[in-house]
Amino acid sequence: MKNLRTLKKYFLRYKKKLFLGFIFILLSNAGTVYVPILMKDAINQLQSNTTTHTLLFYSSLIVLSSLFAGIFRFLIRQTIIVVSREIEFDLRNDFWSHIQKLPLRYFQNNSTGNIMSHATNDINAVRNFIGPAVMYSIDTGVRLLIVVAIMISLDWSLTLAALFPLPLLSYGVYRIMKLIHEKYTKIQEAFSVLTTVAQENFSGIRVIKSYVREANEIQKWKDLSKDYLNKNMNLVRIQAWIMPILLIITGISIIIVIWIGGMKVISGTLSLGEITAFIVYLGILIWPVIAFGWVTNIVQQAEASMKRLNKIFDEPYEIDDSEQTDFSITEIKGEIEFRNVSFRYSDVLPNVLSKINLKIPVGSTLAIIGHTGSGKTSLINLIPRLYDATEGEVLIDGVDVRKIPLDVLRKNIGLVPQESFLFSDTITNNIGYGLREIKKEKIVEVAKIAQFDKDVETFPNGYETIVGERGITFSGGQKQRACLARALAIEPKILILDDSFSAVDTNTEEEILKNLKQYMKNRTSIIISHRISTVKDADNIIVLHEGRIAEQGTHDELVALGGLYADLHFKQLLEKELEELN
Amino acid sequence: MSDNRHDDEILGKAYDAKLMKRLLTYVKPYKKYVFFAILLNIFVAALGPLRPFLTKVAIDNYIVNADYNGLLLISLILFASLMLQAAIQYFLTFYTQYLGQKTLYDLRVQIFSHVQKLALRFFDKTPIGRIVTRTTNDVESLGELFSSGIVMVFSDVFIIIWILAFMFFMDVNLSLVTLSVLPILIYGTFLFRKKVRETYRDVRFHLARLNSYMQEHVTGMNVVQIFRKEKDEFNKFSSINADHRDANIRSIFYYAIFYPSVELISSAAIALIIWYGGGEIIQQQMTIGVLFAFIQYTEMFFRPIRDLSEKYNILQTSMASSERIFKLLDNKTFVQNPENPIELKNVKGDISFKDVWFAYEDENYVLKNISFDIKAGESVAIVGHTGAGKSTIINLLTRFYDIQKGQILLDGKDIRLLDKRELRKHISIVLQDVYLFSGTIKSNITMDNPEISFEKVVQAAKLVGADKFIENLPNKYNEEVKERGATLSVGQKQLISFARALAYDPKILILDEATSSVDTDTEKLIQQAIENLLKGRTAVVIAHRLSTIQNADKIIVLHKGELKEMGTHQQLLAKRGIYYKLYQLQYKDQELVSSK
Repeated sequence: MKNLRTLKKYFLRYKKKLFLGFIFILLSNAGTVYVPILMKDAINQLQSNTTTHTLLFYSSLIVLSSLFAGIFRFLIRQTIIVVSREIEFDLRNDFWSHIQKLPLRYFQNNSTGNIMSHATNDINAVRNFIGPAVMYSIDTGVRLLIVVAIMISLDWSLTLAALFPLPLLSYGVYRIMKLIHEKYTKIQEAFSVLTTVAQENFSGIRVIKSYVREANEIQKWKDLSKDYLNKNMNLVRIQAWIMPILLIITGISIIIVIWIGGMKVISGTLSLGEITAFIVYLGILIWPVIAFGWVTNIVQQAEASMKRLNKIFDEPYEIDDSEQTDFSITEIKGEIEFRNVSFRYSDVLPNVLSKINLKIPVGSTLAIIGHTGSGKTSLINLIPRLYDATEGEVLIDGVDVRKIPLDVLRKNIGLVPQESFLFSDTITNNIGYGLREIKKEKIVEVAKIAQFDKDVETFPNGYETIVGERGITFSGGQKQRACLARALAIEPKILILDDSFSAVDTNTEEEILKNLKQYMKNRTSIIISHRISTVKDADNIIVLHEGRIAEQGTHDELVALGGLYADLHFKQLLEKELEELN
Repeated sequence: MSDNRHDDEILGKAYDAKLMKRLLTYVKPYKKYVFFAILLNIFVAALGPLRPFLTKVAIDNYIVNADYNGLLLISLILFASLMLQAAIQYFLTFYTQYLGQKTLYDLRVQIFSHVQKLALRFFDKTPIGRIVTRTTNDVESLGELFSSGIVMVFSDVFIIIWILAFMFFMDVNLSLVTLSVLPILIYGTFLFRKKVRETYRDVRFHLARLNSYMQEHVTGMNVVQIFRKEKDEFNKFSSINADHRDANIRSIFYYAIFYPSVELISSAAIALIIWYGGGEIIQQQMTIGVLFAFIQYTEMFFRPIRDLSEKYNILQTSMASSERIFKLLDNKTFVQNPENPIELKNVKGDISFKDVWFAYEDENYVLKNISFDIKAGESVAIVGHTGAGKSTIINLLTRFYDIQKGQILLDGKDIRLLDKRELRKHISIVLQDVYLFSGTIKSNITMDNPEISFEKVVQAAKLVGADKFIENLPNKYNEEVKERGATLSVGQKQLISFARALAYDPKILILDEATSSVDTDTEKLIQQAIENLLKGRTAVVIAHRLSTIQNADKIIVLHKGELKEMGTHQQLLAKRGIYYKLYQLQYKDQELVSSK
């Protein structure tokens, strides 16, 4: 229960409602247990000459007390179970607000599916504990006490005889649920093997077909399916016990009451009415007894889930404002400097960037070129603090980025990441994503700069067209231009394009670059690209190679240098010639 | 293609007779067993309702008459019926579940086998994830229908019938009085089911929203963070989360109303029994035992009625899944095998392309009027810029796709007249991006073909120079290979795929050389391996290595789907055409590397 203690603060938040719920449980049980007493009295009356009038009186009382119990039973669910949904809501909100602040590193080390499963399965398991488990354990505890007390007051020896199988039932349910959980986990494993094999087969279908291994694959699939079937049957073998055990144990209790109780009636120490009451009470007790075994399992599962959740809640934010943040900084101009910067993704991995020294003046354009894995993206990620430098410092306007409030820093940087990501929302909302207030003119203005407005005009609902699976699917180039427009909309002091034109054709690219020159006047731009045509007009070009700046200068200087840049330049000219050839 | 997208969103009609009929064909092989299960169900359904009746006998005949032995006897009979019911119940649950699982197994195997036969065109157009869902999850959701749905309906119906039979047998009037609450119970239960179904759908809808929101925003978390939209996004998330909570709270309301109502209804029935039955007892028209039995029956009605109302849900989910499954099974994108294929004997390995035209879709030709001959034993390199159509050529040779115009001949025979399995047995393909399966090194080389002996595996591995690294692995050839060969290096994976091709000892070898850079030592190994690989067979290589093009008997230069130049390395270089440019672009640097 150690981990579930985290939930204390949530419970306290709803303590009034929970307390009410507890009162309702007491009241409703009072009504429930009164019904068998009424039945007992009515049946006893039957044997001592009574009138239909009296019977009607008892009947009405039975309905009334059942109604009384029912009203409070309704209120129990409306308080305790509702609270469980409210706590679930709070917990999931807290989860999300925490997740949002985690560094990029976290998302690169944890799959989306994994994070999702915490937010759904684990929170759900905890919810089951908060609601049903809490409700049933209080409810059944209370009921058990009252009913057993009444039964003993009626006949203690018969109570003992009738109740002795019930703890067995409770234990049986606990064992079975535990076994079911185990077998079920095995089934899930087998199922995930099936899924993986199907996935592998379909992905590798070309290889399978070329080696004519279809028949063999089908056989393999049959074996796995058979195994899955067997695992399922292992579960069934256990599951099939539930009904019989319920039947036997509750049935035996009733038979004991009829047999021993019957003998007592014959000997005159017990009335038929009391036997009725006993049988009805047994019916009332079955559920609490089952619930005990069931609740224990829920608690165990919730504990395991809460442990996983707590682990996430304990993840540090890493990148956040801290005591060294200078909140007097409210804006930035855009001068960037890398001073002796080295960076690695973790302590056990080698440096991705080594001793980078670089100055980018306000209003200039820096271009970065280099092979895949040369450290281009890692370098620019340090500017908006998606990662922090391992050694050295990144300065903006002469101030270490770690001292600039994160809000100020990021709101002044327009970064277009390598992977174009758009939300499934309208084009307007996507482009205006970073804006407090979305103004149509602004959206159209930046769309024009990104050479995107002509595309938008062809869409069915123009700027209100929805992007993504539920709407229109963009081509790679359209996505990139939309992402560019989104970054431009916030009028950033620093614009960073991480290979953002790879899917845009060269003519359009040229137009965009021309527009950008105008728009980014007096602001700083950084452009990563593989294409010489994109970078050739930059004020300064650096060539990154294995995490170091290998060459630096203007296009003409670098071509003259005859190094990596010149080689690339030559090859791209050749490629262009080839493209144009027919 | 576009209409496929909504497959997963088919919610399904409640009931579709055609679908149901087709689903039932899967039960047909087990017809006899199902029939037996139903009969047994009818029998066991009587045992529960029998006991209240026996209680009545106990009270009226023995307790009232002070017969101790009779009471003991009836108690024993009660016990026996209880044990019998429990035993049969256990057996039945097991038995019907087994039938259900067996049916699912059949279906799963059928779908998988069907997919194995589908042509690559199908895989090009269909996301892998969707096919996986059809073979796994969709089949799974038919589970309840097959395992409990079909048989258990009879059980529920017959429990109700038996209860009614016992009640009417004991006292017709009291039965009618008691049953007067039944319509309310049935109506209430079905109304509750309907409401719960609606709210459940609501909950599911909001849950799906929540999930897709999280999926999307976890994927795009860097965008959220770059634009500092955490607060706004949190508010959005919170509002979806609130919708989800509210939908759940709405469904709590129905449960909160329903369960107490059922208790109230059964109390009302008991009240009626006591009032009316009591009256009859006073007039001595009924015994007290009957009253006892009736009180017990009121509790028995509820479960079968509730179960029946749940069956509707099962039916609905099954309809949706089966519709998607059948749609896949009805997909007939096959590469047709000829009815009477020409026999392939003593394959030499002569290949010719004659005026071949090919398009993946419509008239967008990727290959235009391609003709060339490759003599048995020759190795030919295909070179070209990106998008020239190189990979397409190797897809055609193995009949992964059929061409639109022209002919492809193997030893002078049109490959469309050959059995495609026979054809593929003589051709090994090594693809650029090596696909390894989870298993062992050995199973990846043999592809689980028992005809390939372990000696042959080792021999193949030696010939391509893979044996050195394999021998260094802790379990050697039995070393585990993870999904997609995650634990192996790029070079090692390539060597394994070479060994795989060699182990099958094909007449014709197709090789799509990988461009990915490996270290110099591995590069030397690979070059040597390729040389060994090509020796003595007809080989078609999409070349990325200088050494390969230099060793080729002939080089085919493709450009934008057309064959532009053909000849040996030296001839083509002298021509100073496309090949010359390609050479400078792709191969020239390797001179530096190899001279290092």
